[in-house]
Amino acid sequence: MIAETRIALKNAGKYKPEDISTYIDLGGYKNAEKALKSKPEDIINWIDEAKLRGRGGAGFSTGQKKRFTNEAICDKCLQKYVICNADEGEPGTFKDRIIMEMDPHLLIEGMLIAAYAIGATKAYIYIRGEYTQSISKLHIALKQAKEKGFLGKNIFNTGFFLDIEIKLGAGSYLCGEELTLLESLEGKRGYPRIKPPFPAEKGLFGMPTLINNVETFAHIPYIIEHGVEHYRSIGTENTPGTKIFTISGDVKKAGYYETSLGVTLRELIYDLAGGIKQDKKFKAAILGGAAGTFVDHTVLDTPMGYDLLKERGAVLGSGAIMVLADDRSIFEMTYSILDFFKHESCGKCVPCRVGTTQLLLLMNQAKHTKSDRIELLNKLLAEAEYMDQTSLCPLGQSPILPLKSIKQYFESQF
Amino acid sequence: MERSNISSKFAPELHNMLNILHELQNDNLQNYLSSEDLKWVANYLNTTYSSVYGVAKYYSMFSLTPRGKYIIRVCKSPLCKMIDGEHIIKCIKEKLKIGIGDTTNDSLFTLETSECLGHCAQAPVMMINDKVYKNLNAQKIDKILKSIIK
Ligand SMILES: Cc1cc2nc3c(=O)[nH]c(=O)nc-3n(C[C@H](O)[C@H](O)[C@H](O)COP(=O)(O)O)c2cc1C
Ligand code: SF4
Ligand code: FES
Repeated sequence: MIAETRIALKNAGKYKPEDISTYIDLGGYKNAEKALKSKPEDIINWIDEAKLRGRGGAGFSTGQKKRFTNEAICDKCLQKYVICNADEGEPGTFKDRIIMEMDPHLLIEGMLIAAYAIGATKAYIYIRGEYTQSISKLHIALKQAKEKGFLGKNIFNTGFFLDIEIKLGAGSYLCGEELTLLESLEGKRGYPRIKPPFPAEKGLFGMPTLINNVETFAHIPYIIEHGVEHYRSIGTENTPGTKIFTISGDVKKAGYYETSLGVTLRELIYDLAGGIKQDKKFKAAILGGAAGTFVDHTVLDTPMGYDLLKERGAVLGSGAIMVLADDRSIFEMTYSILDFFKHESCGKCVPCRVGTTQLLLLMNQAKHTKSDRIELLNKLLAEAEYMDQTSLCPLGQSPILPLKSIKQYFESQF
Repeated sequence: MERSNISSKFAPELHNMLNILHELQNDNLQNYLSSEDLKWVANYLNTTYSSVYGVAKYYSMFSLTPRGKYIIRVCKSPLCKMIDGEHIIKCIKEKLKIGIGDTTNDSLFTLETSECLGHCAQAPVMMINDKVYKNLNAQKIDKILKSIIK
């Protein structure tokens, strides 16, 4: 029976988010103090050596990202920025909300350390407008951190200065994509930018910018506190540390669980989430949300890590796990996922604007006729493949993910 | 037009656009951004009316037409939909006698759908203004709506 291992959720429920003194009693901001009295290069090295990978979905190395941002040279680099991506819109995902509602100060502390490491004096939290609870908790936490001198001028008498501001999103999934987020944060429509340049070179207002997910920042104080070796001893060789999994759907105890990476889907579903509702049989899990992958029972014992899942044609993504019992329809689920993409396509480029509509149209036609479903799946795949190759941004490149995995695992049940 | 609460909170810089639009919409009893609002923002941020309009139009949380006092947002993302979400939407439509996007005659409710609201473990889910309602069923919806109508 597996137990939870908590890093990002280590304080959850242990202090009052509205009262900073209860956080300080837990040792809060001690790690920031330690970090701010170390050399920025050392911090970057520690995070790099700890092999901390982004928890927002893509799993990019956080240390490298910091290094690029730190080393970014440009003519008029008046300012560098740190941005926390709290747009959390991937269906099935609610881990960032839990961190912000239960432990907003851990996020602030993580951002403070990151900002010091790359030399940024201004930071933003871009948070989806619907997360009203998180927004009010963060407002209070930021105000209290400022009052205590953990933000503002001359933090811990080091001369370091940091201001953190909250920026609200307004109901666009695409704005969670980092380049689109920058546009939105600058006060524009949420249309993606062309990559490169990457945010580390030219990000917010054209300046070097570090963008990380809420959960990623929440790991940083822990690494500072316990050191690289300890962190590396948790999880797997290539993906050390923990991950919060949000499990929903046909399980008895849906909710959030943080475990070491390398945990199996079986352990998550049966040990932590209590197994399938009404003791039905397991049919499928969708890993990583809508821009995720379907897997069947043959993946139940594959250790969850970014690379190990990839070998099985699956993704870990945001950590969302949507569980389907054996009486659920793969076709219906696919329909809702494609409906989601159609709704969230920004319409800027033709392949995705037309493609997402076309995918749904094909599904609708099939809904009302008894057509050959295998042929339908092949048609969907061909369309998604074309979108993948020609779309401007990662949203248009997403529908191929679930569709490919359905072909791999559920072709006969589609 | 006086908007001193906003100008004291947000500097007249373009990047404050979304925060300002949120604030104006929340202050409006009909939960929308009027063309007066947009003009004020354009003037305050020293930009064109059309660029403010373009932004307000893009984001689904903003409305350019008057809405009810209470905005109901029902999640229609895959998970909620699987756990009876469509039935919930049907229920509300029947109770309020309106369709999606419509406002009741007494201007009390506007019914909207939304993508994942981040409470999937307690699906199906909806929000009414700032409050989240979880594990919905027909009886619950009846009770919630009645408590608002009173
Ligand atoms: C359509 C789309 C939506 C995304 N939404 C989010 C999101 O809500 N939160 C997030 O952290 N990353 C999101 N991402 C990933 C970001 O682009 C980026 O990889 C991430 O913020 C980097 O942070 P990390 O390295 O800490 O994971 C999204 C990506 C795409 C393509
Ligand atoms: S791929 Fe889709 S979401 Fe991305 S720019 Fe094109 S239309 Fe917009
Ligand atoms: S799918 Fe409805 S709250 Fe997430």
